[in-house]
Amino acid sequence: MSAAYEPVIGLEIHVQLATKTKMFCGCELVFGDPPNTHTCPVCLGMPGILPVVNAEAIRLGLMIGLAFEGELAKRLVFHRKSYFYPDLPKGYQISQFDEPLVAGGRLGTVGLERVHVEEDAAKLTHLGASGRIGGSTASVVDYNRGGTPLAEIVTLPEIHSAEEASSWLRLLRETLRQLGVSDVNMEEGSLRCDANISIRPVGDTTLGTKTELKNMNSFRFIEQGINAEIARQIALVESGERVQQETLHFDPRTGSITSLRSKEGSHDYRYFPEPDMPPVPVPEELLTSAVAARDAVELPLQREARYRDELGLHAESARLLAFRPPLAAYFERVAAVEAKQQDETRLQQLANWIGNDLVRRLDAAEIADPADSKVEPAALAGVVDLVLAKTINRKAGEQVLDVLVAEGGDPAAIVEAKGLAAVGGGDELRPIVQEALDANPDVAEKLRSGNMKPIGAIVGHVMKQTKGRADGGEVTRITREILGL
Amino acid sequence: MTNLIDLTVVDAAAALRRGDITQAELFQAYRDRAAADDTNSFTWLADELTLPAALGNEATPRPGTDTPLAGVPLAIKDLFCIAGVPTASASNLLRGYLPPYTATAVRLLQDAGATVLGKTNQDEFAMGSSNENSAFGPVLNPWDRTRVPGGSSGGSAAAVAAGLAPASIGTDTGGSVRQPAALCGVVGLKPTYGSVSRFGMIAFASSLDQAGPITRNVTDAALLFRAMTGPRDPADATSIGWDSAGELDLPTTERLDGLKIGVPIDLLGEGIEPGVRASFDATLKLAESLGAEIVEVQLPHARHALSAYYLLAPAEASSNLARFDGVRYGNRAEIGDGGLVELYTKTRHDGFGPEVKRRIMLGTYALSSGFYDAYYRRAQQVRTKIVEDFRAAYEQVDLIATPTSPTVAWGLGERTDDPLAMYQADVTTLPFSLAGVPAISIPSGLSEGLPVGFQLAGPAFSEPQILETAYALEQQIGFDGAAAFDGPAPAGKEQG
Repeated sequence: MSAAYEPVIGLEIHVQLATKTKMFCGCELVFGDPPNTHTCPVCLGMPGILPVVNAEAIRLGLMIGLAFEGELAKRLVFHRKSYFYPDLPKGYQISQFDEPLVAGGRLGTVGLERVHVEEDAAKLTHLGASGRIGGSTASVVDYNRGGTPLAEIVTLPEIHSAEEASSWLRLLRETLRQLGVSDVNMEEGSLRCDANISIRPVGDTTLGTKTELKNMNSFRFIEQGINAEIARQIALVESGERVQQETLHFDPRTGSITSLRSKEGSHDYRYFPEPDMPPVPVPEELLTSAVAARDAVELPLQREARYRDELGLHAESARLLAFRPPLAAYFERVAAVEAKQQDETRLQQLANWIGNDLVRRLDAAEIADPADSKVEPAALAGVVDLVLAKTINRKAGEQVLDVLVAEGGDPAAIVEAKGLAAVGGGDELRPIVQEALDANPDVAEKLRSGNMKPIGAIVGHVMKQTKGRADGGEVTRITREILGL
Repeated sequence: MTNLIDLTVVDAAAALRRGDITQAELFQAYRDRAAADDTNSFTWLADELTLPAALGNEATPRPGTDTPLAGVPLAIKDLFCIAGVPTASASNLLRGYLPPYTATAVRLLQDAGATVLGKTNQDEFAMGSSNENSAFGPVLNPWDRTRVPGGSSGGSAAAVAAGLAPASIGTDTGGSVRQPAALCGVVGLKPTYGSVSRFGMIAFASSLDQAGPITRNVTDAALLFRAMTGPRDPADATSIGWDSAGELDLPTTERLDGLKIGVPIDLLGEGIEPGVRASFDATLKLAESLGAEIVEVQLPHARHALSAYYLLAPAEASSNLARFDGVRYGNRAEIGDGGLVELYTKTRHDGFGPEVKRRIMLGTYALSSGFYDAYYRRAQQVRTKIVEDFRAAYEQVDLIATPTSPTVAWGLGERTDDPLAMYQADVTTLPFSLAGVPAISIPSGLSEGLPVGFQLAGPAFSEPQILETAYALEQQIGFDGAAAFDGPAPAGKEQG
């Protein structure tokens, strides 16, 4: 990318809310059922039928607003957004316009413009080679999805790279998942993302003409798509052309970007207040319930900050645990186990053992939640404490963990049974180090001259003699002592 | 033996309860008359007292005679959905459509013991003031078959006036119950917006549509209103819920002492026919003779009601009618290889009549980007002003009276080429619609042999007082509604 331009990106995310029923009718929401098996006169837009709002969808929308610390609307106002398409049975979508459920707010590094609630369109499938409407031989509609409650989350244009966009979106997804307001499954379409993209010369503060990149259904495609569009815009500008405001489609198979501009020109959605649902105050009990549900959850950013600032974990560990609530819950149980050494070092070690060693083993065994494994929190704490006390070395600790994952049990007993106790202390280890130095005079010579590089040979020799039970750090310390360094 | 056709709803229900007549013979008497109808009032007639099972719905039960309506058959405006019964809102686009559900208003009437005699003709999607905009052809006025019955509930009003049904229900958006009631010499009540559920009524303009009874007299109107109004309908977010309306007493008032009736000079300007004005003034005199006080009231913004209405109602209609695209139901046009756009265009081109198209275009324009503020928003502001006018007026008076229609029924085809003249027909009914307040039209006499309507309106939820007052006046007026039961009334016979 040319360094002369700064990309400016805003995201629009549609999230299907995890209600049992649709936004304006009682149809059940089930993903993957046969087409048109969850429909009724309301969501088919039949004559004389009226919408009635699903209070649960509003409650979940309010929870999102609370999580973002946005300003919550005092009243519920719906508008009709009109356009003709077979995925929209009424010829208009019931959405919100000038009074969204949530105004403003922030999540991490990115400010939010608004969150509004609306109904999802039905699912159109275009039959034919391309899978898109152009060139298709027929299109079929599944109204099961039509009327699903959606929250549309609109960010401010405060994102400046594709990588930042995708990393923020991961944060958003995890936040919404932990709030429990959505399944946030991109493959099933319960989280969909559009990006508004423009570029400007570095240092400029005005916004360039933006394009809208539609419906990218994986983090990888989002990054690829945004990068491709940034590159396209830079190429345009550098060749003296101008960016046209338009809606674009990114094809991940070819990496190409095509215009979705319809023949009729730009849409006029003819927004006007939904007369079938006049404005009503947001019910007090709905708000109270949303506040309680929001407060019951420690969101990823909150947890990350607490682990980092209060427990002193490294940022990376704090984030890893914050993004994986089962790991975090397990971590907290392990950390609560009584130990002689209760300090930040131990907590960080616990986080490392859980975040790396344990997770790797559990992933291999396809166990998502450590609480479902055979490794009792006290056992994991036991392993780490044995390593910290140098009773066993790290390598041996990993062997103990292997046993724990496979069979469970008590770490001390496993150490005993497998003879994994470290060959510890100067008395036991010193003769073996001396022997290693004697056996490698050339290495000893280099070390004596201050070149510590070949120390590995000494450690290796000792490890071989002790069957790996020596502590590498200890070997180095004794070597230095013997050589008077 | 009683002449069945002469019985009002209240009388017929009483006779059924006593066992003097049977439900079957009452139904058949009206069924036979309706089948021989020459006013084109019906779009569909039931064969039986009960409706057959349809589309997962059970057959309607035969009502008990211990119910309020005891099995009296009613004529239902076509736009009310009834499960398994053809419901087209008088549009070719929906001709043959069989809804799988029944409108709440109809269901409540059925629960109260009503049976369905048939569906009545109307202006397509309730858009019109003459019932000439119907895919089923125009309805003829029973008083003079060369004239219109008014609209949009023209078939409902004509059927009652011609004695083809004991009573009917219609819908009123800008006057569509009251104006045809006036032109046909029957009683029409438009209740407070939200008091009767709109569920199952094919919408014209959502913020204005309201179902109401069309009857031979005020007592029947009260009886039907009481049955149609009920608790809040969970299927209609604009339904208010008026539980106590179910306990409304049938009217008995004879005197109007202490009642203040306001006459809005702003609505009585030019355009009111002398014969209509004379009947109106005579009725006011009657009210005075019963003890009422008549005072002038100001409704300074009422003269803008027509303009505001013809922006707001078409705007909502343009959106409400967007669903009729031929994709899921209704009549889909045969198309070539023009794809989706051709499907939409041809279906809507073939399916909608000219007045519906005109209003869709008006409404689409009023909502378009760049015009919204000048039209839709402005019209909403006018509507708010009109609501305030009424609020102020009702601090001075109890009720407001106007002629229901500036003219008596006009000749078929007379105004079809002049939409603006047609729209003027609603000038005195529209302001009340925009304000969402209740109003009734009762026949106040004849002018040149044709009925004249007297409109009486009050603040929201004042139906009990409106009905009592209308009843007292009705007793004094002594209008002979049955005069049109068997062809046109004798020419020149003045009443009231």
